[in-house]
Amino acid sequence: MNYFPDEVIEHIFDYVLSHRDRNALSLVCKSWYRIERCTRQRVFIGNCYSITPERLIQRFPGLKSLTLKGKPHFADFSLVPYGWGGFVSPWIEALAKSRVGLEELRLKRMVVSDESLELLSRSFTHFKSLVLVSCEGFTTDGLAAIAANCRFLRELDLQENEVEDHKGQWLSCFPDSCTSLVSLNFACLKGEVSLGALERLVARSPNLKSLKLNRSVPLDALQRIMMRAPQLADLGIGSFAHDPESEAYIKLKNTILKCKSITSLSGFLEAAPHCLEAIYPICSNLTSLNMSYAAGIQGSDLIKLIRHCVKLQRLWIMDCIGDKGLSVVAMTCKDLQELRVFPSVHLGNPAAVTEEGLVAISKGCPKLHSLLYFCHQMTNAGLIEVAKNCPNFIRFRLCILDATKPDPDTMQPLDEGFGAIVQSCRRLRRLSLSGQLTDQVFLYIGMYAEKLEMLSIAFAGESDKGMVYVLNGCKKLRKLEIRDCPFGNMALLTDVGKYETMRSLWMSSCEVTVGACKLLAKKMPRLNVEIFNENEQEDCSLEDGQKVEKMYLYRTLAGKRKDAPEYVWTL
Amino acid sequence: MPVLDAEQPDNNDMINFEETELRLGLPGGSAIDHGHGELTLKGTGAKRGFSETASVDLKLNLSSTNDSASASASASASVSPSSLSSDNTTTVAPPPPATDPAKPPAKAQVVGWPPVRSFRKNIVSVQKNNNEEGGGGAAFVKVSMDGAPYLRKVDIKLYKSYQELSDALAKMFSSFTIGKCGSQGVKDFMNETKLIDLLNGSDYVPTYEDKDGDWMLVGDVPWEMFVESCKRLRIMKGSEAIGLAPRAVEKYKNRS
Repeated sequence: MNYFPDEVIEHIFDYVLSHRDRNALSLVCKSWYRIERCTRQRVFIGNCYSITPERLIQRFPGLKSLTLKGKPHFADFSLVPYGWGGFVSPWIEALAKSRVGLEELRLKRMVVSDESLELLSRSFTHFKSLVLVSCEGFTTDGLAAIAANCRFLRELDLQENEVEDHKGQWLSCFPDSCTSLVSLNFACLKGEVSLGALERLVARSPNLKSLKLNRSVPLDALQRIMMRAPQLADLGIGSFAHDPESEAYIKLKNTILKCKSITSLSGFLEAAPHCLEAIYPICSNLTSLNMSYAAGIQGSDLIKLIRHCVKLQRLWIMDCIGDKGLSVVAMTCKDLQELRVFPSVHLGNPAAVTEEGLVAISKGCPKLHSLLYFCHQMTNAGLIEVAKNCPNFIRFRLCILDATKPDPDTMQPLDEGFGAIVQSCRRLRRLSLSGQLTDQVFLYIGMYAEKLEMLSIAFAGESDKGMVYVLNGCKKLRKLEIRDCPFGNMALLTDVGKYETMRSLWMSSCEVTVGACKLLAKKMPRLNVEIFNENEQEDCSLEDGQKVEKMYLYRTLAGKRKDAPEYVWTL
Repeated sequence: MPVLDAEQPDNNDMINFEETELRLGLPGGSAIDHGHGELTLKGTGAKRGFSETASVDLKLNLSSTNDSASASASASASVSPSSLSSDNTTTVAPPPPATDPAKPPAKAQVVGWPPVRSFRKNIVSVQKNNNEEGGGGAAFVKVSMDGAPYLRKVDIKLYKSYQELSDALAKMFSSFTIGKCGSQGVKDFMNETKLIDLLNGSDYVPTYEDKDGDWMLVGDVPWEMFVESCKRLRIMKGSEAIGLAPRAVEKYKNRS
């Protein structure tokens, strides 16, 4: 089979980087499997319970970068009770025991302890990069260990984690010899950091390209930091509120003029509108802008800012920008590829964007491929037009705040609108639905969404047929998450083999019963079928006819997990 | 491009089950709130008909200020068979909602809806609270001018004195002033001798609504006190403002 020596094949494999392609290589023949596994450096595990760490290490001894995801996606919305799982410690322990020279660890929705961080920091001399997204369970003490012990640390990126702040000086734990930082993001931390230590750290990090500060860093410190790091490309501003006539503010304005390399701006965790004009001079360089945390900024100020941002490719914003503001975006940001509009309803503002804003965007920004849009209402006509204007959607996530709202103009469900989206956007990989929807929309999805990998459904559908259309039609489906839909046992059991081709299925508040789940678990031993039983009654036993409130199933080679809490019943 | 990105939206889990009339769950079981958005059911039981949930109005607008317009719009959209596009295979006949008709239709607050990460929701509402505490943040008040086609908003905390404010207002409304007096009239309000001329004439006079809802003439109290108590500004025609300035009129009379 092989006409080339191993070294040649290895060299060729060096050019093959994507996980999927490498997985494909490993399936060609035994020889390629062997070569591939020995040369593989980056591994992505979408569900930490799908395989044991030991098995992973055995297969890929050359592992340098590991990405792990833990809890199901709906954990983000409090649908997964506390203590469900997703613990990283067995992984770090197994890796520490092995000879793997881990350099990079990226975790999402996992539980991370300080002990694990400490172990991580001491076990891998060449450890370079730690990225934690939506994780919990650790404190600033764990961060201190990372700072103190990882001598060649390049990246410490903390995104939206729940971190207990012990008011220690974790940032001061970076030794003077640490000069390798490229990326530092501590925006999610609630506590104060030593500003002096921060400034000195920035001063001795000539390669620092990305810096995201937390709320405790005031404007004058920001100015000093920016002075020391004119090479910054990606800046997250902490506090941005100051008297516009103060010396600090004027200094900042001048400093900003020197920061021509900044192409990405975020944060504004505390911002006063009048300070925004300090940014105008660099707006024309920005390709990415995230104002979605800036609660104090009104739509009019956002609009003024955006008028300067002609090169924007990614925009995350709050819905106070309004439909009119989105028209301005459409006129200004011709290169826009990704847009996220977050709701400010919980701030007491009425929901502020509708189909108008989205249609305007679709007309002005044909390159748009990723959308997350929280809106007050949507119409079929609007969606049809969006589908026509933007056929390139890869991710289309629409959230109508009133979850079962029909088209307000016609009082019809939104089946036709979403149908148009899936029919037009042949490259669609991720879709989230909302609004009043019948089984029809699922028929469309099954028919047209050939590349769909992830589908999120809530309060939709009329019968089992809806779910069956999706399971039968979407060949590439990997993740399906459903809540509050009338899908039941017939749909669940219609094609049990399908679930081994998928990563996971979540169903909550649907019509599925315990009996059906048991049957499924019996038929498919390589699935873990978990039921969450949050009933407090001690003597409760699961009767077959009982409705299941929450079910999460996933394919696995690791068998039933041993760390499940009491309320999780693996059938 | 990092494999992980913080892409998912956040969570809004303001659950207040005392207020919620709607039980999302199995009928016959009542929901107990354990405080963290965890929903447990007292008793499981009869099959839940989707028709019941479909007919129930999920008014999932969670705005605390009563956005009655949107609430009523969704109120009228309760699902009925005719509004479901049917292919004649299923007709769902929704029975009336299983709620006490005497209770008003509550704004149902559903776990995990809208799907916004709690991290995001908490961060942003902390900021808003801080802004509202007054210490920092802006103090935007509406400014109307009689005869102008639209209102403006001004952050009065940006200014340090009445003079600065009046300059800013003059600039803002310079395009709207009618007649020869124009912005000059506004600028002169601090000058008491001119005040009477203003009040008698067709000039404009700045007034404000204070915390108690009373309309006052701008300029009487120290600046800081004004910023604290001012809720709204209105630039009135002088002829209408006569009743607001009895003290000034007194002073003037006493002088002359």
